[in-house]
Amino acid sequence: MSTTTVLIVIVIFVVATVLLGSLPFVHRARQRRSRPASPHTPVAVSPPAARATDEPVAVPTPAPATFSSGLASSRRTLRDRLAPVNRRRPDEAIWEGLEEALLGADVGVATTMATLERLRSTAADQGIVDADELVQALAEGMRAALDADRTLHATAPDREDATPVWLFVGVNGVGKTTTIGKVGARLSASGQLVVMAAADTFRAAAASQLQTWADRCGAELISGSSGADPSSVVHDAVSAAAARGADVVLADTAGRLQNRKNLMDELAKVRRVADREPGAVAETLLVIDATTGQNGLSQARAFAEATDVTGVVLTKLDGSAKGGIVFAIEAELGLPVKLVGLGEGPDDLVDFDADSYVNALLGVDASE
Amino acid sequence: MFDTLTERLSGTLRGLRGRGRMRPADVDEALAEIRLALLEADVNVAVVRRFVERVRERSVGGEVTASLTPGQQVTKIVYDELIDILGTSPLNVQFASKPPTVVLLAGLQGSGKTTAAAKLAQWCKSQGRNPLLVGADLQRPAAVEQLRTLARSIDVEVWSQAGDTGEAGDPVACAAGGLAHARHAGRDVLIVDTAGRLAVDAELMTEAARISDAVEPHYTFLVVDSMVGQDAVATAEAFHATLEVDGIILTKLDGDARGGAALSVAEVVGRPVAFASVGEKIDDFEQFHPDRMASRILGMGDVMTLIEKAERVYEQEEAEAAAQRLVEGTFTLDDFVDQLRQLRKMGNLQSIVSMMPGVSDQVRNAEIDDDRITTAEAIVLSMTPAERVSPEIIDASRRARIAAGSGTSSAQVSNLLKQFTQMRKMMGGMMGLGSKRRPTGRKAARKRSKGAGRAGGSRTGGGGRATPKGASRTGKPGGQPSVADIDWDALDLKLPGR
Repeated sequence: MSTTTVLIVIVIFVVATVLLGSLPFVHRARQRRSRPASPHTPVAVSPPAARATDEPVAVPTPAPATFSSGLASSRRTLRDRLAPVNRRRPDEAIWEGLEEALLGADVGVATTMATLERLRSTAADQGIVDADELVQALAEGMRAALDADRTLHATAPDREDATPVWLFVGVNGVGKTTTIGKVGARLSASGQLVVMAAADTFRAAAASQLQTWADRCGAELISGSSGADPSSVVHDAVSAAAARGADVVLADTAGRLQNRKNLMDELAKVRRVADREPGAVAETLLVIDATTGQNGLSQARAFAEATDVTGVVLTKLDGSAKGGIVFAIEAELGLPVKLVGLGEGPDDLVDFDADSYVNALLGVDASE
Repeated sequence: MFDTLTERLSGTLRGLRGRGRMRPADVDEALAEIRLALLEADVNVAVVRRFVERVRERSVGGEVTASLTPGQQVTKIVYDELIDILGTSPLNVQFASKPPTVVLLAGLQGSGKTTAAAKLAQWCKSQGRNPLLVGADLQRPAAVEQLRTLARSIDVEVWSQAGDTGEAGDPVACAAGGLAHARHAGRDVLIVDTAGRLAVDAELMTEAARISDAVEPHYTFLVVDSMVGQDAVATAEAFHATLEVDGIILTKLDGDARGGAALSVAEVVGRPVAFASVGEKIDDFEQFHPDRMASRILGMGDVMTLIEKAERVYEQEEAEAAAQRLVEGTFTLDDFVDQLRQLRKMGNLQSIVSMMPGVSDQVRNAEIDDDRITTAEAIVLSMTPAERVSPEIIDASRRARIAAGSGTSSAQVSNLLKQFTQMRKMMGGMMGLGSKRRPTGRKAARKRSKGAGRAGGSRTGGGGRATPKGASRTGKPGGQPSVADIDWDALDLKLPGR
């Protein structure tokens, strides 16, 4: 009998004994897990409307032109794609073209199918046969689906006196630290006193990266030692901000993959601590990289469950990626996209604009 | 890893597997499912279209093998296509005869280059090399500092610009300086970390090309985040046009992303995935084996990796002694605890189960907590030495004591004991017969078709007609016992849907 056979037999023996010894629990764990995975299950997120009464932040709104010009660099218009198709007859080739355009922008299979299904009934109702009109109708339908409230809240609901905390969460490498730097620059420029909390105590040199940004925009940075408890860093930052009468605390957190339960629990704790007197969480912003594929939905679900996400920041939209995943996130989960990152400069952060976004995603011009 | 792709494909293909004959409509249905599965896994639309077309051509166009049913044939074609794209063999890094071997890492911002650079350095060290890291990312604030911190933890030197301020640094000069230093200091591997860039940024791409010209890398690796979607193709094309990529490093593969980007990029670049980063620890970095990944995507298990992991952990003599006791029926609960501890060193339970061939999807996808090992261990450790040697003396009162001692219930204790006794008997019998026993007889085939029924797939074919002897096990080391051989029914499983 060979060594490999021996090893495999032993491993299988041990694993099987452990598993079979506790199988009824496997069954239950599975059921629990399958529930949030269903695309139709609503995620426990407070309805944005409930927060509409809060006072919006007074920040300068850049012209939406920046938005589309940032995207113009690489876009290939849907019209180009559909050009070879007979424009007078919306036959299957056109529908396939539309489907590929949405799938190719990372909108995802389920959302694409649902969107096109609605378009088919609209087209049938209104007797649309022309390809251009079909694209316009598609754009209209997508704009209508992006109707969530995008207000950025300066204070937490019902806790106006507490020091507001904006918490930034997301997986590794999406640009959380850079986003905080840009948000800090924007709020500082509008005359607010900003305190930053370097609660990413895991990634090597994350605090120094944030320090560079804090120096640039004149914010104060509170950081802990490497490997320190992130909750304690946030607590220190909130206390310091309250003592100084700061307007807002921007809290960076370590990137974490959403399937790591212990790290998600840690993040939930950071949020709880930030929400304790004298602080109150005003915004929990999930940062999503525009190149992200369908995993973005899984990220949104998991982070929303752990930290009650109030909005999405879409970063790196200045590349060739179209960021279609946030359409799926907003349309399916109701999480509003609030900010968009368009480059590496401190001013390259703009408010999300549904019209420009849909036009850029489909490559259509709104003026038509 | 690739889980949902696995699930979808194996669900579809299992339906096909049981059929004796296949109509063109069946192929179309399977291909439609394969298309959706790939799209949901983030494989690029265009890549999917080509993939599906190739599978269709080969399925319809013949390649009839007498020994395979049409369903198995489609499975094999999909498997072959996956291998063709992912790379027919693993990329083996050949260290240059005249050191240093220069490795250049490039990729988008946030793809994990800096971490991958440190992990690659650690891998080189494990291969007996003496690497030098070059921090040529002078763009992102504190990137070099991040590299230094990581490098310190693995005791590797970092070469970079003196100031590290990033403002005035010239990455080209920095990289060239690193090369000169490596020669001078006798380092035999040079790993250059570059700034993340957007594929569409011409200026930064030119800079990457200049760095490449300055150090003339033996290997240029494109670092790709496994969560990336459709844009992976555009990125890979741009980098490949500028730098001529030799291989791909896939990062964050420990997430729940479906990893279709790996397929897209490998197809576009035409080069294999070389390494995969599978965790946050610096050692969580391994060579990528295309064939194993393809097997895994198709739910055929990953026995080779499992064996490698086991070999790393087990002492050969110990393992043989334990196996001997299994055969003789003298394997005690003490031995069981020892084995549990070894098992824990092999990684988490879930990943081990997912590598086993023949495990049903239910078990494979169940959330398996490592606490299970702890619980089993606690139960055994709450027994007296006498009980561990002869568990049959355990009566109701002893059981209650064990349950109290381990914080479990009497039912859990008796369940574990029952499974232990039955498994021991079965494994003993199996090993006693040695490798003469072919595990894919009529009985095994019947069980597999039952498994399909449980998974919710249609119950196809009747009785023993489903799978001819040995057919579905092609490519796997023959004669090894697998979980498929366990008589799950006899073990009184409570699986959903029964």
